[in-house]
Amino acid sequence: MSVNTIWVYCDLVGGAATSGSLELVGEAKALGATEVVAWIGGDASDAAAALGNHGATALKATGDLGGSLQGVAVGAAMAEAMAAGAPDLIMFPQSYDGRDVAARLSVAIDRPVITNNVGIEVNGDDIVCETAIFGGTKIVKTAFRCESPRLALFRPKSFAVEPTGGPAPTVETVSVPDTGTAGAAKVTGTHVEESEGPKLDEADIVVSGGRGLGEADKYEMIEQLAKALKGAPGASRAIVDAGWVPYSYQVGQTGKVVKPTVYIAAGISGATQHLVGMKGSKNIIAINKDEEAPIFGVADLGIVGDVHKVLPALLEALAARS
Amino acid sequence: MNVVVCVKQIPDPANPGSLDPDNTLSRNEKLILDESDSYGVEMALQLVDTAGGGEVTLVSMVPNKEVSGLRTALAMGANKAVLVSDDALAGTDALGTAKVLAAAIGRTEYDLVLAGTESSDGYTGTVPEQIAAVMGLPSVGFAKHIEVADGLVKVRRQNEEGYDEVECPLPAVVSVTAGVVEPRYPSFKGIMAAKSKPVDEVGIADLGIDASAVGVAGSRQETVAVEEAAAREAGEKVVDEGDAHERIVAFLDELKVI
Ligand SMILES: Cc1cc2nc3c(=O)[nH]c(=O)nc-3n(C[C@H](O)[C@H](O)[C@H](O)COP(=O)(O)OP(=O)(O)OC[C@H]3O[C@@H](n4cnc5c(N)ncnc54)[C@H](O)[C@@H]3O)c2cc1C
Ligand SMILES: Nc1ncnc2c1ncn2[C@@H]1O[C@H](COP(=O)(O)O)[C@@H](O)[C@H]1O
Repeated sequence: MSVNTIWVYCDLVGGAATSGSLELVGEAKALGATEVVAWIGGDASDAAAALGNHGATALKATGDLGGSLQGVAVGAAMAEAMAAGAPDLIMFPQSYDGRDVAARLSVAIDRPVITNNVGIEVNGDDIVCETAIFGGTKIVKTAFRCESPRLALFRPKSFAVEPTGGPAPTVETVSVPDTGTAGAAKVTGTHVEESEGPKLDEADIVVSGGRGLGEADKYEMIEQLAKALKGAPGASRAIVDAGWVPYSYQVGQTGKVVKPTVYIAAGISGATQHLVGMKGSKNIIAINKDEEAPIFGVADLGIVGDVHKVLPALLEALAARS
Repeated sequence: MNVVVCVKQIPDPANPGSLDPDNTLSRNEKLILDESDSYGVEMALQLVDTAGGGEVTLVSMVPNKEVSGLRTALAMGANKAVLVSDDALAGTDALGTAKVLAAAIGRTEYDLVLAGTESSDGYTGTVPEQIAAVMGLPSVGFAKHIEVADGLVKVRRQNEEGYDEVECPLPAVVSVTAGVVEPRYPSFKGIMAAKSKPVDEVGIADLGIDASAVGVAGSRQETVAVEEAAAREAGEKVVDEGDAHERIVAFLDELKVI
């Protein structure tokens, strides 16, 4: 068996497909699918060119959802479209909406979903998903044992985002069936959290702080350092839960996955749930006063020292250079 | 207002995890209340309190009759619990879990069903939305703030850039993020009272669920290999003697990022 048709659910932010979506479209192509259909819950006109350039050969979009959430609407639209032929595989980014769509669809068509994947392979008759467990120290390979379509959710940054030079597919509008009470939740407003500088999951340099900073005010050192390095500030969950910084700063299993050129962890112990979010960084610098801290196990440069001494000195040295 | 909270009982995440010979996570030890679900329990208690009456009912699924985690949530103040326990449930996937939990919730009175956005051990994050789909209910995931008024639940739903304000008629399923409220610690009185609170234990047959829909077979997936991941080598470790910042600057210089 081989995979012929793959559908990819794509998230939009500000009308453009997210990198988590583009990477899946590219991987679908790389798996050898002859047809890669990108699916969008909304208006796809501003996303078509990039999707085509990353491997999509067709594009289906619902058009404006009128405030309905993606999960119910796109899930129902996909289930209905399958009457005309189901794909071999449907890939979803493990985003807020990606999870919802996969979950709704899985119930509508009674298929399992394999979640948290970081890789996939087609192996003879099997489609095999790869999941990292125990802080990324082991890879579990799971094969589907169900009829098509197989549903799989992928963690962001599992694959490289690479343009293939394909043309923009024409947008085919698909209808959303009446979803009744199940579709009754409506978005009534949107609030964007202000942030300056590069986005955490796109920045070339990320500077994260943890509980070792001692108190909320000291997070300022992290922000200053991020700014001095033209990077983005991040955080461990400990200080997000403590209310020092918003959730959007969190790096890790339940936060953002980052793979910058340089990741600096200051006062972060290196719990497995934090490591899975930053272990893929090209270079890691850790500052921790405990020489046994697990973060040193992944650090290219480990500084056994006090953040209250090292960070101010570092800020000063960087300021002196500019 | 009556609120049902889905609470998962899991091995203590502080202990290093291990795999059973069949490559599923070991669950032999005593199970505890998943911290991710303590937020749902607290939220339910607060909502019922604000509504001025009603009950908080817990629903949990395990293969092995475990109730320790449920007792913790009862000690926090939940009124009663439904425990679905059945040998056939070992190895059940998210979809099977949702079918079972939906059937169990259907036995209770509810205006609102709460769950965590993702469990600490499975973290599929799909179960709450799948429960809603099985029950034909509307749902809102990733809630970082919840209010209930006039038969509507108003939710701030986390998104990539901040949050959306979402309104949804009851009954509905809402999944809450960690940190949405500060879970209370059970009081001594609460712990004593929890011992006599009702826990209705049911098997899958009582719920009209066929054994083929759950367990390893029902999951329709098979672990074919478990491999060591490529390890990341630790590099150099230096003790700060007052000059560590210079090492960092040199390191960044070498990478040509400054
Ligand atoms: C289901 C689940 C999901 C999770 N998801 C995430 C996630 O997405 N992201 C995440 O980060 N965590 C996550 N966690 C939490 C994780 O397990 C850790 O609790 C958390 O990462 C710890 O944060 P921390 O390193 O800041 O704090 P701690 O573990 O308390 O570490 C603080 C560190 O600072 C050091 N320190 C103290 N003082 C100083 C000083 N003056 N100078 C230098 N160093 C100092 C200490 O030696 C220590 O190593 C999750 C947990 C669970 C159960
Ligand atoms: N076995 C279970 N018993 C009760 N609730 C569960 C169970 N599994 C998952 N849930 C609920 O679904 C949420 C998300 O779990 P998961 O989809 O596994 O990440 C959890 O926080 C619980 O509220």
